[in-house]
Amino acid sequence: MGGSLLKTALYVCAAALLMLAVACKPATEPQQKEKPEAGKVNDQVSSELKSFEGMEGDISIAGGTAHIPVMEAAQKTIMTAYPKISITVEGGGSGKGVEKVGAGTVDIGNAGRPLTEEEIAEYGLKSYPFAVDGVAVVVHPDNPVEDLSTAQMINIYAGNITNWKDVGGADQAINIFTREEGSGTRKTFWSKLLGKGKIIEDASFVGSNGEMRLAIAGDPGAIGYVGIGHIDETVKAPKLDGVAPSQENAASGAYPIVRKLYMNTKGEPSDLVKAFIDYIWSPDGQQFCADAGYIPYKPE
Amino acid sequence: MDRGIKIVTGAATAVSALAVLAILVFLAVSALPLFESGQFGSTLAGGWQPTGDLPRFGIGPMIAGSITLSLSALLLSFPLSLGICSFIMGGAPRPLRTFVSALVHFMTGIPTVVYGFLSVLLLVPLIRSATGGNGLSLLAACLTLTLLILPTITLMLLARLGRFDNALKLSCTALGMDEAQTQLKVLFPLAKKGMLAAAVLGFCRALGDTMIALMVSGNSPRWPDGILEPMRALTAHIGMGLATDTHSPEYRSIGAAGLVLFVLTGVLSLVIRSLGQENGEERRVA
Repeated sequence: MGGSLLKTALYVCAAALLMLAVACKPATEPQQKEKPEAGKVNDQVSSELKSFEGMEGDISIAGGTAHIPVMEAAQKTIMTAYPKISITVEGGGSGKGVEKVGAGTVDIGNAGRPLTEEEIAEYGLKSYPFAVDGVAVVVHPDNPVEDLSTAQMINIYAGNITNWKDVGGADQAINIFTREEGSGTRKTFWSKLLGKGKIIEDASFVGSNGEMRLAIAGDPGAIGYVGIGHIDETVKAPKLDGVAPSQENAASGAYPIVRKLYMNTKGEPSDLVKAFIDYIWSPDGQQFCADAGYIPYKPE
Repeated sequence: MDRGIKIVTGAATAVSALAVLAILVFLAVSALPLFESGQFGSTLAGGWQPTGDLPRFGIGPMIAGSITLSLSALLLSFPLSLGICSFIMGGAPRPLRTFVSALVHFMTGIPTVVYGFLSVLLLVPLIRSATGGNGLSLLAACLTLTLLILPTITLMLLARLGRFDNALKLSCTALGMDEAQTQLKVLFPLAKKGMLAAAVLGFCRALGDTMIALMVSGNSPRWPDGILEPMRALTAHIGMGLATDTHSPEYRSIGAAGLVLFVLTGVLSLVIRSLGQENGEERRVA
């Protein structure tokens, strides 16, 4: 009985696989036809990409998660135009980025914070800032609170203010969210907004900007913080001391909770890695930064 | 030929043993700065508050959190597993038994991140709307972990209980005992140590899981003091701390957390081992 059941199940699976295989076949053919067109991109490369002409090799990148959209946009553009260049992009967080580039396991280690003196001394790293990101306070979209002051934020995160009604909201407990200790976003929020004040142990910890947004969007009593580029319609970003947390205000200096995004190399970069860094600083790369919601930045 | 096999298997054993030893040494070395500065005791027993006026980097709340979480998941999971086990061993119609058994086997292969993801999307909002907190809590993590360790314990119990000789069951039937009596009065008492070993294994699995704790427990570094409150497990603490700068006290606490986990699981697997040996005698009696 059990055996025949198993057999039937196997047949059903086999049949389903067969149908899948048949269904997939026509889909692969048009893709093959598109291939010759891919070569054309080579003729239309933007002038900024020309510096990669004749180069080949690998660039490995790891570290800060905020950097990933910019790195991936550059990766895609460069690898499409110059298939002999291979670029890999990994996350891992700012700390991992510094550690990996220091150990020499990647060519570029990204960090959402400046290097510490110890890191520079131990690894001999060079830093290349390329974008500015603001960090904004976010709450649930149904939360009526429109404006929070720095003092209120410090008191909320220290656990002194525990109800939304004390800051002009509904009578509802405040659920505090924060990021893990190694987060660059957390460091910016903690040092620039909280003035290195206390973050209460009762706060819930999440591991990325995306998780933070998901947690805030699902919890009417929540308060948290994300990179400005991560704000969308699922969360609401109240003003801070009367200033809206927009990239414009961050660029003009009116909104002070900002940080730079850095690439780091161990010593002088190779020609290929140098070309990549220059490309991130080029108008193309700076456009990728703007697309990802950051303010493009190039050191003088 | 024989010699060759001996060399290969011997080398494999040596490499495995050395790997485990190397892990222990590595963990001890990463925790070394804490020993040297005499902070190891306060790191183990103290609380975690890196942002206060007096920064503290103790993993005491995480040790308590991990043990509370794993024990509560075990308390829920063990009776359920025992029930499923009885169901599969007898008392249920055959096709249903085959189905449940296949299901349990299938469950062992579900990645923990899938449980975590579903829990964030379904269980956490449910707890949030029922209790008013933010839903990320010991309860959410415990319920999800229960599901994770259920098949581990069930399969282990099935293996222990299923290996009794059929003659034993026949004797019970001859004595006029029904299925339930046979299980409760004869099989379970005989397999007592096997059941304990299954429980320890389930506990270790819960203790070692990272993804579920990381995703649904809330990760608050506070002493666990309520089922609806968030808490942080040792594994999640390691997962979150990896991204910190390698010279920071946060990073050093990871070494200590790893060491505690390693020693805890090591001791527990020694317990299983000693139980397994005694169980051999038990089998001869049976």
